[in-house]
Amino acid sequence: MANLTINGKNFTLDVEPDTPLLWAIRENAGLTGTKYGCGIAQCGACTVHMDGVATRSCGISVAEAEGKKITTIEGLASGATLHKVQEAWIAQDVPQCGYCQSGMIMAVAALLSEKPKPTDADIDEAITNICRCGTFQQVREAIHTIASA
Amino acid sequence: MNKHVAPKMNRRAFVIGTAAVGTGLAIGFDLPFGGPTVVRAADGSPEVNAWVVIRPDDTVVIRIARSEMGQGSLTGLAQLVAEELECDWTKVATEFPSPGQNVTRKRVWGDYSTGGSRGIRASHDYVRKGGATARMMLIQAAANEWKVPAAECTAANSIITHTPSGKTTTYGKVAEAAARLTPPADVKLKDPRDWRLVGKGVKRLDTPDKVTGTTVYGIDVKLPGMLNAAIKDCPVTGGKLKSYDEAKIADMKGVKKVVKVGDTAVAVVADTFWHAKTALDALPIAWDEGENAKVSSASIAKWLAEGLDGGPAYVGNSNGDAKAALAGAAKTVEAVYNYPYQNHATMEPMNATALYTADKCEVWCGTQNGEAAFAAVLEASELPAERCDVNKLLLGGGFGRRGQTDYVRQAVLIAKQMPGTPIKLLWTREEDMTHGRYHPVTQCKLTAGFDADNNLTALHMRISGQSILASLRPEALVNGMDPATFAGLNAKGDAPFGYSLPNLLIEHSMRNPHIIPGFWRGVNVNQNAIYVECFMDELAHAAGQDPLEFRRKLMKDHPKHLAVLEAVAEKIGWGNAPPQGIYRGLAHFASYGSYVAAAAEISVTDGTKIKVHRIVAATDPGYAVNPAQIERQIAGSFVYGLSGLFYGGITVKDGAVEQTNFDTYDSMRIAAMPQVESIVMPSGGFWGGVGEPTIGVAGPAVLNAYFAATGKRIRSVPLRDQNITFA
Repeated sequence: MANLTINGKNFTLDVEPDTPLLWAIRENAGLTGTKYGCGIAQCGACTVHMDGVATRSCGISVAEAEGKKITTIEGLASGATLHKVQEAWIAQDVPQCGYCQSGMIMAVAALLSEKPKPTDADIDEAITNICRCGTFQQVREAIHTIASA
Repeated sequence: MNKHVAPKMNRRAFVIGTAAVGTGLAIGFDLPFGGPTVVRAADGSPEVNAWVVIRPDDTVVIRIARSEMGQGSLTGLAQLVAEELECDWTKVATEFPSPGQNVTRKRVWGDYSTGGSRGIRASHDYVRKGGATARMMLIQAAANEWKVPAAECTAANSIITHTPSGKTTTYGKVAEAAARLTPPADVKLKDPRDWRLVGKGVKRLDTPDKVTGTTVYGIDVKLPGMLNAAIKDCPVTGGKLKSYDEAKIADMKGVKKVVKVGDTAVAVVADTFWHAKTALDALPIAWDEGENAKVSSASIAKWLAEGLDGGPAYVGNSNGDAKAALAGAAKTVEAVYNYPYQNHATMEPMNATALYTADKCEVWCGTQNGEAAFAAVLEASELPAERCDVNKLLLGGGFGRRGQTDYVRQAVLIAKQMPGTPIKLLWTREEDMTHGRYHPVTQCKLTAGFDADNNLTALHMRISGQSILASLRPEALVNGMDPATFAGLNAKGDAPFGYSLPNLLIEHSMRNPHIIPGFWRGVNVNQNAIYVECFMDELAHAAGQDPLEFRRKLMKDHPKHLAVLEAVAEKIGWGNAPPQGIYRGLAHFASYGSYVAAAAEISVTDGTKIKVHRIVAATDPGYAVNPAQIERQIAGSFVYGLSGLFYGGITVKDGAVEQTNFDTYDSMRIAAMPQVESIVMPSGGFWGGVGEPTIGVAGPAVLNAYFAATGKRIRSVPLRDQNITFA
């Protein structure tokens, strides 16, 4: 059993303590917006916020996540109001296949909350998610658009 | 808001589907009093024709037969239909008709295959006719109601106007009546000069759900009572499953069943995927790896190298007498290049969900070829077509991998052993990396001859290596030859060679290792563009000539090739000195009906760290349906191609693939992304592809710039093997 706080809701999940947070979120909490890409914290498709910090959820256990405030892509918007990163992603038509974009958006949202006006170097350092479609040019442009708003 | 509608995925949809015997899942027919049959969508709205459903609220649902994997053709195809339909673009939605429906309706939606950059170029004509036919029927229905000639009515923005009287109505109001009319026989399409929506970079239709996590990919399918499966296939292709010790994992949490999948694989079915994977990892498995376990990358390379110098070869393109001209040349230049296996590594690993019951087999998956997936379901389930269907979902990447149906077959074979229980099969990244359909391995020897005046008189290009068609589509071989091997090297067709030489010989010594090849974005363009365009750069330097001027002289009879090359050269400022420390390279190629070129600017640190600052790219695809998406495809293709160039390379040890995840088969990150400046320059009169052609030119442009920077010629891919990385 694990008690997790995801998107402001409490979940009591029937999982072993060493279950990766990713699978508890997807299979037990039923929130499938968070994606599986590699399982070894390389690609970032599973990025969520843990106490506001971008975290690759495949690489940590539910035991480590207990007591933390977890936000997934489903919880990023405030009700019907999209987060500014989601809005920018729509305005700039960023996603292609879209599969990595949940993780990409969560990583960017965390970067912007820490550094509202990131430089290109800040972006290069913080955003290390893999996107096989190659949306990086639009990602960078969208970040700068948000930062300059 | 525009929306792409995913197939319903609840039990109720399935029950409704089975009740509508013979008519597919989401479609019903009704027979109104006295009129012809009206075909209805799942919500009861009438089809005006197979491509267009109109709801009473004026929403237009456009049917899309091809798959959407990020390349944007869902939006482009909808633009083509909407252009002729004259509907309100802000009220357009899309849906995928299922392959089973296509069979039932005698392939009314045509080909579902989404590869070879064909999505738009192979169906633009009939989807536009679908839109135009529907428009004519809607106008006729309004004219009938008003008792006026249809010729006095016009349509725009989903509103029909009777010009003399000023009366108006909407598509939603006349759709029912239109659906009962006989379609017109004579349908004229607009002149491209009159296009208003086609050619505009409108926003994609599938974006909103992708930023909120609500898009349902295959991996996200949920069905009542569903169980999850993890699978291990024999690590060596050609080997078999020998045995496994089920008792060792029988008590592990969540495990429901351990099943053999064909002769080569074993799967664990559990309540969750995590439990299935954990148990599978603990399952003792013995493999019979067979003869192929003796094969290694070194043994493959040796075998391919032997093909460079002699023995039989298929001739793909020739003129003059290259061998004689080389023998008499004043100077010859020779080089050997190679390009490795590459894995697709779609971000969403392979998966499919199957439900097999006594009388039906239904699958939910992302596929690039709905009809091939459907055929795989029939074969694996051994049920007739009318009892099978495939629900197509958006793909978390395709790049050619999801045109194959191995994962669909596996899911059905597992579900068949648990009738009545939906089974979601998901591959781990490790399974995905080691059981790909890999970009084939080749080597290439190029020999060129100059006369005493430094004119290029002969080129002999001999490719040795693997054929894709010999493995995946042997029926497409031509007297044993694989024509696809010569992409971009042909005398004519939609992938023509861009140079004219007095003596030319391009041939292929086919050598097929056991590693199963596949169509990897750009396919044979990836290596052929490097072979030709890097060697042309070598020849220019050997002749002491500027690489652009050297090419120009050979391209007089290839104006479309030359136009894109000159466009990138002009924009990057070729001929002017680049900034201090910046070096430039050029490349061009033609494939999938389009002409493309790239000019790269790079800097190099310590001879081993490459910073790609900027790539100017040009494409002439004939017509550009959505230039904004074309720009994204160009930049995206460079990420995929440069990832393969720098980091890629699948290697073989003891017959098995060595790379297992992104730690050993890396992919480019944002820090390495160059600024890509695209020139979309459609010249009209033909329809070329977009997703793939540009992938070939970034690599040689960067490699040629590397030579300009260092004087060192790189002829082997991937660069990581030479300790060269992104800066």
